[in-house]
Amino acid sequence: MRFKKYEGYLYISPWILGFILLTVAPLIFAFYIGLTEWDTFNAPKFVGLQNYSDLFRDEDFVNALWITIRFAIISVPLGIATSILIAVLVNSKLKGMAFFRTALYMPAVVSGIAISLLWKWMLDKDFGMINLILSKLGIPEQGWLTDPHMVLYSYLMMVVWGAGGGMLTYLAGLQDIPGHLYEAAEIDGANAFQKFRHITLTMLSPVIFYNLIMGIVGAMRKFGDAYIIGGAGNQGRFYMVYLYENAFKFFKMGYATAMAWVLFVLIMLLTMAAFKSSSAWVYYESEVNTRPKRKRG
Amino acid sequence: MSSYVAGSKRKRTKRAIVQYSLLVLLSITTLLPLIWMLSTSLKSGDVIFEIPPKFLPDGFHWENYSRAVSEIEFATLFKNSLTITFFNLLSNVFVSALVAYGFARFQFPGKSIWFLLVLSTIMLPGEVTMIPVFIGFSKIGWTNTFKPLIIPGFLGGAPVFIFLLRQFFMSIPKELDESAVLDGASSFKIFYRIFLPLSIPALVTIGIFSFQGSWNDLLGPLIYLNDTNKFTLPLGLAMFQGVMKVEWGPLMAGSILVLLPVLVIFFLAQKQFVEGVKLSGIKG
Repeated sequence: MRFKKYEGYLYISPWILGFILLTVAPLIFAFYIGLTEWDTFNAPKFVGLQNYSDLFRDEDFVNALWITIRFAIISVPLGIATSILIAVLVNSKLKGMAFFRTALYMPAVVSGIAISLLWKWMLDKDFGMINLILSKLGIPEQGWLTDPHMVLYSYLMMVVWGAGGGMLTYLAGLQDIPGHLYEAAEIDGANAFQKFRHITLTMLSPVIFYNLIMGIVGAMRKFGDAYIIGGAGNQGRFYMVYLYENAFKFFKMGYATAMAWVLFVLIMLLTMAAFKSSSAWVYYESEVNTRPKRKRG
Repeated sequence: MSSYVAGSKRKRTKRAIVQYSLLVLLSITTLLPLIWMLSTSLKSGDVIFEIPPKFLPDGFHWENYSRAVSEIEFATLFKNSLTITFFNLLSNVFVSALVAYGFARFQFPGKSIWFLLVLSTIMLPGEVTMIPVFIGFSKIGWTNTFKPLIIPGFLGGAPVFIFLLRQFFMSIPKELDESAVLDGASSFKIFYRIFLPLSIPALVTIGIFSFQGSWNDLLGPLIYLNDTNKFTLPLGLAMFQGVMKVEWGPLMAGSILVLLPVLVIFFLAQKQFVEGVKLSGIKG
């Protein structure tokens, strides 16, 4: 296009300004804060790497790290698998499907603190709905949020409940799979499981990969419901909740910033591992040029 | 041959039955908690703490709603939430679109490096910058105001939206803007006369995500707002919960009131939203 050479800068300038003020400068500042002891009221005191070595001797930190990592590693695949199953289930032209799609998508619409409070109430040991249903089924009531062994399961239950909310991208991906692939497989005598395993999952793999990355980042940064719901003292204190407490309750800015850097490195490592693994299982159409090109609207 | 057709028809019916049963079961599982929420919001305190718990309410105790409304100063908090959400919606849709347009349609020195930086900020968790940004805002006296919750959006604070809109803009045929250039249209005119109208599904989708994210945000208001009359609804609800630990009737009533605007927006924009997600491949 024949615009002036620097005209594009005009449009991206708000972002550049924000990038400098809200990303670059704070990052440099954060690097320094992480090396200090600072309550923001007095001058920061330089302590070198003290914060970082303190972290791993802090039992609360190790607990928060442990529950968060366990949650991320279990909940992300669990959520992805459930979302795919729901997407496959609603991907047909049966009567009333519009209703089922909307109903199953509801957890994505009604999110946030209201739903966190709802779960806190449902998981209540004595008066909550979950134990009410369990007792009807003859299963003894559980201390979902009071028993340290049950806390992780409580959070996983919420993930499964919300999985319908993640179905949209899979649904769009399923609708993009050309029917001739299934027909060819049928001619070759493939059964339903083989078709699902080799066609559906393969063709969905880029979407799965995208959701895997977003899921890992989201799980590691979990805050809202963890802050509201908590659970069994240490066992329900996720990483970000502990970080928040250090910074804004105890005013240990240096310590909390060190925690933020450790979180950053952890997220980087997990994402890199996902990227590394992707060449083994993520299928991109452009890699194979023998397939007929698909038209997109 | 005919028995084969009949057999496959029977098989299809069987499959439909299995599918329907699973769908009904899953839908009930998904909706039951929400119905329990509604039911609790209408129960009297005595019934809430009955053993074993009852699923249906004992009549309609609307006083839970009036208590929730008065105790968290619902009207004030609603106005606060609406103000913050409105400005975030505006900036996320409009500023992100401007920046995305700059990346999608212009050639300028350093463009690929800047775009790479946009991508890398998507991956950078906000937690790392949260504390220094907080200290910065408090040094210039912006704590306990809405500014820290609003201004970042206008500085292109949502790189994911920039990325998605850029992808979307690049799929718009170049002939459209080239002929407009020949007619002497300025680049900004092309932006708001051609790009914005053609991108409505994508913009609506981003708008909904922005609305949801901003309306539900807890951490931001928790850090920056101190006075109860400046609280947002989620923050008010969180504090209300701290004070009235076991008052589940009013708590669920308040929760429903906070959810309602999101529900209304979703159902109004549902069609365009679903289309937008398909077009841009955003996570739902």
